[in-house]
Amino acid sequence: MMSTNNAFGGSAPSLSAARLALGEGAYLDDQQIPGQLHIAFVRSYLAHARIISIDYSEASKLDGVTAIFDGESLRDVCKPMHVEFAAFPDYKNIAQPVLAIDEVSWQGMPVVAIVAISKAIAEDAAELVAIEYEELEAIADPVAALELDAPVCISEASDNVAFDRIFGCEEIDEIFDKAAAVVCHNFTFDRQAGVPLEPRGIIAHYKPKSGFMDIVQSHQAPNQTREVIADLLSINPLKVSVRLSDVGGAFGVKLHAYPDEIATCAASLLLGRPIKFVADRMESFISDVQAREAEVTARLAVDGDGYILAFDVDVVSGLGAYSTYPRGSLSEGIQAVQLIGAPYKVPAARGRLRVAYQNKPPSGMYRGVGQPIAIAVTEQLMDMAAKALAIDPAEMRRRNFLPNLAQKQTTAFGLHVSGLSSTQCLEKLLETMDYRALREDQVEARKNGIYRGIGLSSFVELTAVGPGFYGAQKVSVASQEGCSLRLEPMGLISCETSVTDQGQGTLTGIAQIVAGTIGVPLNQVSVRSAGSDGVTYGGGAWASRGLAIGGEAALEASRTLRGNILEIAGALLQADPDNLDLVDGCIVQSGVERLSLKELSEIAMFRQHLLPDGMKPQLSVIHHHVMRDAPYLAANGIHGCHVEIDSETGTLKILGYWVVEDCGTVVNPLLVDGQIRGGVVQGVGAALYEHCVYDSAGQLTNASLADYAIPMAGEMPDIEIAHVETPAVETALGAKGAGEAGTIGAIGVMWTAVNDALAALGARACRQPFTPDRILEAILTAEAERRN
Amino acid sequence: MHEDCSINVRVNGVTFQQTVPVRQTLVDFLRDSLGLTGTHVACEHGVCGACHVRMNGETIRSCTLLAVQADGSEIETVEGLSCNPLGAALQEAFIKCGGFQCGFCTPGMLFTAMDIVESGARDRMAIREGLSGNACRCTGYQPIVDAIQSVAESR
Repeated sequence: MMSTNNAFGGSAPSLSAARLALGEGAYLDDQQIPGQLHIAFVRSYLAHARIISIDYSEASKLDGVTAIFDGESLRDVCKPMHVEFAAFPDYKNIAQPVLAIDEVSWQGMPVVAIVAISKAIAEDAAELVAIEYEELEAIADPVAALELDAPVCISEASDNVAFDRIFGCEEIDEIFDKAAAVVCHNFTFDRQAGVPLEPRGIIAHYKPKSGFMDIVQSHQAPNQTREVIADLLSINPLKVSVRLSDVGGAFGVKLHAYPDEIATCAASLLLGRPIKFVADRMESFISDVQAREAEVTARLAVDGDGYILAFDVDVVSGLGAYSTYPRGSLSEGIQAVQLIGAPYKVPAARGRLRVAYQNKPPSGMYRGVGQPIAIAVTEQLMDMAAKALAIDPAEMRRRNFLPNLAQKQTTAFGLHVSGLSSTQCLEKLLETMDYRALREDQVEARKNGIYRGIGLSSFVELTAVGPGFYGAQKVSVASQEGCSLRLEPMGLISCETSVTDQGQGTLTGIAQIVAGTIGVPLNQVSVRSAGSDGVTYGGGAWASRGLAIGGEAALEASRTLRGNILEIAGALLQADPDNLDLVDGCIVQSGVERLSLKELSEIAMFRQHLLPDGMKPQLSVIHHHVMRDAPYLAANGIHGCHVEIDSETGTLKILGYWVVEDCGTVVNPLLVDGQIRGGVVQGVGAALYEHCVYDSAGQLTNASLADYAIPMAGEMPDIEIAHVETPAVETALGAKGAGEAGTIGAIGVMWTAVNDALAALGARACRQPFTPDRILEAILTAEAERRN
Repeated sequence: MHEDCSINVRVNGVTFQQTVPVRQTLVDFLRDSLGLTGTHVACEHGVCGACHVRMNGETIRSCTLLAVQADGSEIETVEGLSCNPLGAALQEAFIKCGGFQCGFCTPGMLFTAMDIVESGARDRMAIREGLSGNACRCTGYQPIVDAIQSVAESR
């Protein structure tokens, strides 16, 4: 019998909430190791240059400086970062040393590391380091980087091509030649930054006598860090221990192994002292992974009734100077192609992906990882096709959706999906936003010279990604998650999960699953996230897997522990365990409370002599879940947005925003909706405000929060959210990932809303972010074209 | 070149006399010298609001103030907020409404929230305007507005 405890499905606030609200968080820079030193980096201010000489003699004389390292001095203790993909041998990567040797290829690349008794002194010393560079030609633009005569972004490379692939069917032109209507659009997505508010940081402490390396890190994947550090510094992994601090936001940025963090560990190895590194904000802008730089040309062919015939896309993705380590920098480009047309029935599709090296910081994973681009391209083309055939854009979606079927269907680029609910989500959205009324209002407003737009963005996304991709590449990324439970004295349950939480609230969701499945009140469960020393081994946090995979492991472990508890209860009460229930921490038989879990735990842990002969209580259980029945869990949803554009200033106001999300079973509505809203605002920011502005020499010109505009409260709307729940059939829990859905839909909805508003002026927006000057440019260009 | 100076400050009701480098910011003094790590550094250039504390009753950005400028002042940090009835009410409302996720912006956000409630603002747009100097990357702001509005309306 299952417990009737209602922890599951309730909007319990995050378990760490009180601690964080009271200022008792322990973020990376809050933590101190006795005797710790501080490290600061001298970074290249040029995007491409040869290093002629490094002179740190003045810097080393400064009082309080302990040691100074450069690429040469770390060479013997630290291997370079070399990404290798087994299934893509043509993905050419040059090994990046953690401190530059001979050549710098991106502005911000660390060259010299200074260790001192305080950060201030380390930074003072950094200013005294003299580096002579011979400037080389930098290539910043990814499309230009692919041209035959383009300067090479790293001297030893033969060209700037990281990857060049055609997905889908190669012969597709005939379909376009014969189609009733073809629409085309060019899309420029500017480079963006994740900007978690807490910067990156690490404390590395190597103990030379015992050979142990203790690491505290603001990160998403402690096991990955352990394996990387053990490998690159040649330390026995069993002597490397990584635990995470509280993490002040990550969004994928903190999923990577960074050269400055590895260099910090190498410096500790050489000095035998604890060393702390915390990036400052400008440093974060020039050295955190960036994302989303892409040039896309795309077209859609439809028949006379608006049914999709084919998609054809060409994506050029800007990788940066080096791939990020160890996961590489292809995922964004690949997903930008592969998720094209995903919600729809698409008979044919072709996608060309070229990934270009360029003299910019490495690009990597940032919320959505290419899926926002794919959905924006898809939805923009769908809107244009709708207009070309005078079909209402919502109807255009409705006609083309893959149906809500339990069995597997295939998307445009061959992704297997099942259990979609796109049509249901659309209908719910149209009702919630009162679509009809908004369209009528749009017509009226236009008569008065007011330009309003309605955006729709339907998406299918891949969540809870399994071992298929990295496994095939032989890159050691864990896609499983584990849960270990222990019955404690006093009838409490302690839980260790390999899932990591940077604010998502997944640990709370796991506590709810444990409490609800075992049958105890929520406040009798305590959850902690394992570091690398835990008994569980998992991926931590990536590709929206916390509850979908980690929660499933928790569910399985809970069922096992509950069974073990009831077996003991049966022995004590001389009853069949199948006739017993555990409700609110009490063993219940035929509706009568017989024994508290507290009493049971006392006996099972300290007075086993009272149990039947031979019975050995197993009160610790561990279970891991990995995606086997499907390569991922496909989730879906739709965003709607109502905007108004001022045609004189180019400014935009969001009048309304709606989301209908289907992420399967919802364990905690408060936390899921929190993820959706946060994701939406990051997506809106990406669409309207955010870009890393590089000049042609690869210099970042807006490396501060004053210049890189992240959304603030005054510009953002209230977001109305509704849910459809189609539980995943591949797991008992049925939860799909929800962390990225807000961003994946939001970027597309802003493209369609802006272009829907501009359509009345005959204008088209092609470059994201849609800053006021770009909107004005689109309007003025259209006016000029009309005059000619 | 780098001088030190002696300062007297009262922080959360406790008096401290300390020698500080003249160039040390107030936030670094609170965090590193006094061990009050609840106030956070996210930008160091006075834009994001994570470093908000109250100095002589006024909310200020402690990353762009020097510790020596706080000599003789009364400082309130998030660690002392639960002793302030409005602060405590806001902390509870933030928890209930999901007003934070990673928690990094929260201490600074709470001081701004107090300012907003004390100003008498109740309307969501006015609350959003009041929050415009505090960056949050996790929540999308809506639950923060909910939390502040719930406390404002209960007064």
